[in-house]
Amino acid sequence: MPAEPRIISFREALREAMAEEMARDDSIFLMGEEVGHYNGAYKVSEGLLERFGERRVVDTPIAETGFAGVGIGAAMVGLRPIIEFMTWNFSLTAYDQLVNSAAKLRYMSNGQFRLPITFRGPGGAAHALAAQHSQAVESLYAHVPGLKVVVPSTPADAKGLLKASIRDDDPVCFMESETMYAMKGEVPSEEYVIPLGVADVKRAGDDCTVVTWGKMVHRALEAAAQLADQGVSVEVLDLRTIRPLDTAAILASVRRTHRLLVVQEGWPFAGVAAEVIARVSHEAFDDLDAPPERLTNVDVPMPYAFNLEAIVLPSTERIVAAVRALCDGAVRAARAAAGGR
Amino acid sequence: MDAALLTDLYRQMSLCRRFEEAAARAYSQGKIKGFLHLYIGQEAVAVGALSAAAPTDYVVATYREHAHYLARTGDARGAMAELFGKATGCVGGRGGSMHLFDAAHRFLGGWGIVGGHVPVAAGVAFASRYRSEDDVTLCFFGDGTANMGAFHEGLALAAQWKLPVVFICENNMYAMGTPLYRTLAVEDVAVRARGYPIEAEIANGDDVLEFREVARHAIDRARRQHLPFFLEAKTYRFRGHSMADPAKYRTKEEVQQWMERDPILILGRRMERLGIASADDLKAIDDEAKAVIHDAVAFAEESPQPDPATVAEHVYAG
Repeated sequence: MPAEPRIISFREALREAMAEEMARDDSIFLMGEEVGHYNGAYKVSEGLLERFGERRVVDTPIAETGFAGVGIGAAMVGLRPIIEFMTWNFSLTAYDQLVNSAAKLRYMSNGQFRLPITFRGPGGAAHALAAQHSQAVESLYAHVPGLKVVVPSTPADAKGLLKASIRDDDPVCFMESETMYAMKGEVPSEEYVIPLGVADVKRAGDDCTVVTWGKMVHRALEAAAQLADQGVSVEVLDLRTIRPLDTAAILASVRRTHRLLVVQEGWPFAGVAAEVIARVSHEAFDDLDAPPERLTNVDVPMPYAFNLEAIVLPSTERIVAAVRALCDGAVRAARAAAGGR
Repeated sequence: MDAALLTDLYRQMSLCRRFEEAAARAYSQGKIKGFLHLYIGQEAVAVGALSAAAPTDYVVATYREHAHYLARTGDARGAMAELFGKATGCVGGRGGSMHLFDAAHRFLGGWGIVGGHVPVAAGVAFASRYRSEDDVTLCFFGDGTANMGAFHEGLALAAQWKLPVVFICENNMYAMGTPLYRTLAVEDVAVRARGYPIEAEIANGDDVLEFREVARHAIDRARRQHLPFFLEAKTYRFRGHSMADPAKYRTKEEVQQWMERDPILILGRRMERLGIASADDLKAIDDEAKAVIHDAVAFAEESPQPDPATVAEHVYAG
C-alpha cells in the first residue's frame, strides 16, 4: 500500500535531513550562530540540541571566519561538520576560509585529504532587507573549483539534497531561502537521497526551456502557467545543483525546445546564467532558434524601498515577457529567413 | 644531559639549514620558482617544539614550513622534489614550497594566507576533543599574524571551547619588511593571548633546549587539561622575507648580532662544553646532513615533472 502523502515545510525537511544523518553517523555535528539554545535563527535546527546535546549542536559566537575554519580543520581529520551561516551574506566574512582553505585543500595536498563539510543557510533576497542582507551568492561560490553548490527549490529536494551534501566527501555550499522556509510540499516518508549534479524537470514543455534554481523555480512555474494560457509551452528545468552543473540535462532540453531563457536571482556580470548560456552556445549552437537570453537582478546593490526591490528581482511578469520575446523573435526570424513578412 | 637527544637536535637543525641553503642555490639557478620563504636562523623553534611533541600530535604551519615538515617527517627528498615542482614531491608538485602536506605524519600544511590556518588548527583540536582523543595540535605562525581577524577568531574559539591546541608565535620581529613596533601596539604578541584568556609564555627561540622545554610544558598542559596554550618564541630570520626580499630594512649590525645567536652554533658550543661532541663530531653530523640534502637535490633533479594528464585530478573526491 503506498504511503500517505506527507506534507511538511521546507524547514522541517531540512531539519529531518540533519536529524536523520546525525542519528546515522556520530561524526556529524551542527555548528553555527543560534543553532542550539535559540533553536535556530529561522528555526531550522529546532529541537536538535535537545535531541543530540551540546557536543553535537554547537552554538558559536559571531565569528564566521573562526567557526568556518574550525569546521574545515575538523573535517580534515575525519569529522563531517554542518556549518550553518545565519545567512550566506555573512559567509562573505569567511570567504577566505571557503575559497582559500576549503576549496583548495584537496588539490594542494595532492588528494591526501578529503573535506566532507556542508556549509548551509539562507541566501538571496528576502523582504526589504536592503543591500547587505539580500545577496544571492551562488555565482561567487560556483566560480571556485573545489566547491560544490546546491540550491534546492522544494521541501522534497531540500531533504534529499541536504542528505547527499552531508554524505559528500567534498565541501558543499547549500543555499536555502528565508522566504521558502515555510513553504510546504510533499516529502516521502521513506529514506531517500537525491544525488548532487542532477537537474530536474519541474514542468515539461516544448517551446522554450527556462533554466533556473532555488526560489526562482516558483516564479518560472507561475510564468509557465500563464504562458500556457497564451499558447506557449514552457519547460522549467530546475538545476538543483549549480556545481557540478548538469550540462547534459540542459542540452537535452534545449535541443528539444530550441530556445533558452536562464532566470537567475543575483547579478548578471559573470554569473551562473552566463555560464549556462556559454555552454549551450558552444554545445548546441545549431539547435537554437533564437539567441539564448538571461533574466537576472538589475545590476545594482539591493535597494530597501519595496517598489525598488520588486523592480530589481526577476518577476513572474518579466519572465513571461522574456519568454514571449524569445518565442516571438524566433517566429519573426523564421519568417524573415523564409522571405515572408 | 641526554647526549643522544642533543645530537639528534643538532642533526635536525643542520638538516633544515642545509636544506634551505640548497633550496636558495636552486632558486638562484631558476630550478625553484615562485615564493621561497627561508627559515634560516629560526630552526630551534620548529625542531625544539616538534621534538617535544608526540609523533601523533597534529602540526599546522604556514608558508615558511620547510623545517617543520622536515622535523616531523624527515622527508628531505619529498620536500626538495616538491620545491622543484616534481611528481615525486610530497604533494606531487601541486603545492610547492608553501603547501607541504603529509597526512600519514599528521603534517597538515603548508598554508599560504596569513592567519587563515589558525581557526583550522583550532578545528583539528576540536575534533580531538569531540572524539575524546588526547592528541594536541601545534599551530605555528609569525608575528605578522597577530593583527589578522582569523588569528583573533581562532584564539577566541580555542579559549571558549577549551581546545587542546598550542599556538606557537615565531616572533622574528618583522612582518615581511615592516618591523613589529610599527604595526603592533604591544611589544610582546603573548600579551594578546592573555585576554582570551589563554595562558602564554615567552621563550628564547634561539636555544633549542630551552624552547623544547617550554614547548614540552605547553603540550603537556594542553593534553592533560584540555586547554590551549600560547608560546611566543623570540627569534630572527637571517634572510629576507622571501628570496625576492634583499632585507634592506635591517642594518648589517643587527643581522650580525643575531647571527651570533645562531641556534646551531649555540647548541654546538653547548655540546662541546658538555663533552658530548667535539668540533670534529659536529662537523661529521653536518657533513651527513649535507650528504642527505645532496641526495635530495639529485633526487629532485632527476625526478619527472607531473604528468600533464593529471592536471585536473584531486579537485574533488567524487
